[in-house]
Amino acid sequence: MDRVLRSVPDGYDWAIEARGLVKIFGDNRAVDGVNLNVRAGTIYGVLGPNGAGKTTTIKMLATLLRPDGGSARIFGHDVVKEAQIVRQLIGVTGQYASVDETLSAMENLVIFSRLLGLGRKEARRKASELLEEFGLTEAAKRPLKHFSGGMRRRLDLAASLIAQPPLIFLDEPTTGLDPRTRAQMWDTIRRLVKTGSTVLLTTQYLDEADQLADRIAVIDRGRVIAEGTADELKASVGTSSLQLRVQNQGDIETARQMVERMLKVRAIVSPEAGKITAPIADADRVADLLITLREAGIRLAEMSVQKPTLDEVFLTITGHGVEDDAKKASHAPDGVEAM
Amino acid sequence: MNRPLSTSGSQLQLKNRMSLGQSVRQSLTMAYRGLLKIKRTPEQLFDVTFQPIIFTLMFTYIFGGAISGSVKGYLPIIIPGILVQTVITTSIVTGVQLREDMDKGVFDRFRSLPIARIAPLAGALLADTVRYTIATVLTLAMGYILGYRPDGGFDHVVIAAILVIVCSWAMSWIFAFFGVIARTASSVQGISMLILFPLTFVSNSFVPVKTMPDWLQWFVHVNPISHLVTAVRQLANHGTIGSDFAISLIGAAIIVAIFAPLTVRAYMRRT
Ligand SMILES: Nc1ncnc2c1ncn2[C@@H]1O[C@H](COP(=O)(O)OP(=O)(O)OP(=O)(O)O)[C@@H](O)[C@H]1O
Ligand SMILES: [Mg+2]
Repeated sequence: MDRVLRSVPDGYDWAIEARGLVKIFGDNRAVDGVNLNVRAGTIYGVLGPNGAGKTTTIKMLATLLRPDGGSARIFGHDVVKEAQIVRQLIGVTGQYASVDETLSAMENLVIFSRLLGLGRKEARRKASELLEEFGLTEAAKRPLKHFSGGMRRRLDLAASLIAQPPLIFLDEPTTGLDPRTRAQMWDTIRRLVKTGSTVLLTTQYLDEADQLADRIAVIDRGRVIAEGTADELKASVGTSSLQLRVQNQGDIETARQMVERMLKVRAIVSPEAGKITAPIADADRVADLLITLREAGIRLAEMSVQKPTLDEVFLTITGHGVEDDAKKASHAPDGVEAM
Repeated sequence: MNRPLSTSGSQLQLKNRMSLGQSVRQSLTMAYRGLLKIKRTPEQLFDVTFQPIIFTLMFTYIFGGAISGSVKGYLPIIIPGILVQTVITTSIVTGVQLREDMDKGVFDRFRSLPIARIAPLAGALLADTVRYTIATVLTLAMGYILGYRPDGGFDHVVIAAILVIVCSWAMSWIFAFFGVIARTASSVQGISMLILFPLTFVSNSFVPVKTMPDWLQWFVHVNPISHLVTAVRQLANHGTIGSDFAISLIGAAIIVAIFAPLTVRAYMRRT
């Protein structure tokens, strides 16, 4: 906590306050009025499918992109007017490796340290310290070309921690990592927060947000469509969900209508899997539903009841699957009222 | 995390501006990065190694007999010309490489660091003076091998060499500007060549100005490259520093004064 208090205005509660952030590329509203409030000392997860606007949002918060609308403050400092101050408060690990490929890990860290104002000796010491901490000491002298994806990611994170910034942005920190390396990265992130840092991370992995984040914002097509703790988000979907697979693909639409009529909720169809998913608000109605399906001659291939995962949350709120292409889902309802 | 909490990084003094001293130091660090990159990928020095050798040989033997009657008599005219042309052409690469470099993720990190906005640019340009130095030394060495014995003496040749390097560095801000605003590295190369070709050839670098039509002579006289070439000739061949020397330096200063801020602004706006 010590260092946060030293570098941040006393008692400042909010690491990030973003109001109506907008970024437009051509006629594409990549970020379309995003509001975020991130409390200091917490992990905040931004969850969304490809192209949702996660990276663009982070770039605006990290002073890499100028917002076209709205405003954002980092520990009370405006990202546009006080960009240079904001840069002293943040560390950024971009989605794509933001380290120098031709140089070695050691050289990368020394250069970043020197840029941040450390002396020659101090920079070397800091670099070795970080390499040690991230288990890269052995590979310190090798050019990054020969680094594995996981090593690169760790070096990238290490480089963001040189100045011990009170706020760290991690854009998809575990994408492309194997499960073991991912677990290590999670540990590292948790330890960071224990030392007083605030972390904003983006992810497409719903379990990652579930595991790590104190609060989660779900964004889709440039808008925040849900916000809350993982539990709140799950609760909003109902206690459990019903999954049905019909034997005959042709019946799937009729079956969906029946599910919606009987359970009085919105059901989601994922055509690839031939699966219907619907929240169970009232378990008693499921029996009626099954009887109705049988009477209509719709044969089931599989039926299961699942505790809600964030996947379902996502599905329910956005009205389309995570893998769904944005275009394919263009007919989907707005979904906000589902909250 | 067992990181000690007392390193200087945590004693942040929040300021919205960088001091000049900090900017210079950060630029030097970026230059160090540029040098390391050159050391790691020496193949990118290919052009500065072979261009001086090939150009010197080619121009000396193609034009030498026709213009001065003998190769030896032509050397005092052509070597300064080739020197200026070669080294300035080398500065195009600065823009091209800057474009390539900026497309890499590491530039996102530079942009997110609390450093002077000019540092990544100034550093890259500064590191490239190594390239100009190599090209300069090789051209002069080739001249020497072909029999060029400048009358100005070694010290004046060194001053001439430094003048050329300084002016090329100034020119490289123009190409850096294109590097920052262009979409692709190859378009930087294209635009830069388009500018540089008339500048270097429509000058007194290779042929006596008297042989050109009047309107072309007018351009040759205002062309800054001509002044630079004349300054180099005066230094190397006669050991004198004349008005062309001053004009070259003033020209270089004007280019930097215009293009450095333009480039930095374009660099900040990009994204
Ligand atoms: N520099 C740019 N120029 C034009 N369009 C862009 C640019 N950057 C992003 N976009 C567009 O903005 C939208 C949001 O992109 P963004 O990278 O923020 O998404 P994301 O949520 O990070 O996705 P992913 O999970 O794939 O990283 C996309 O439609 C993308 O095509
Ligand atoms: Mg992204």
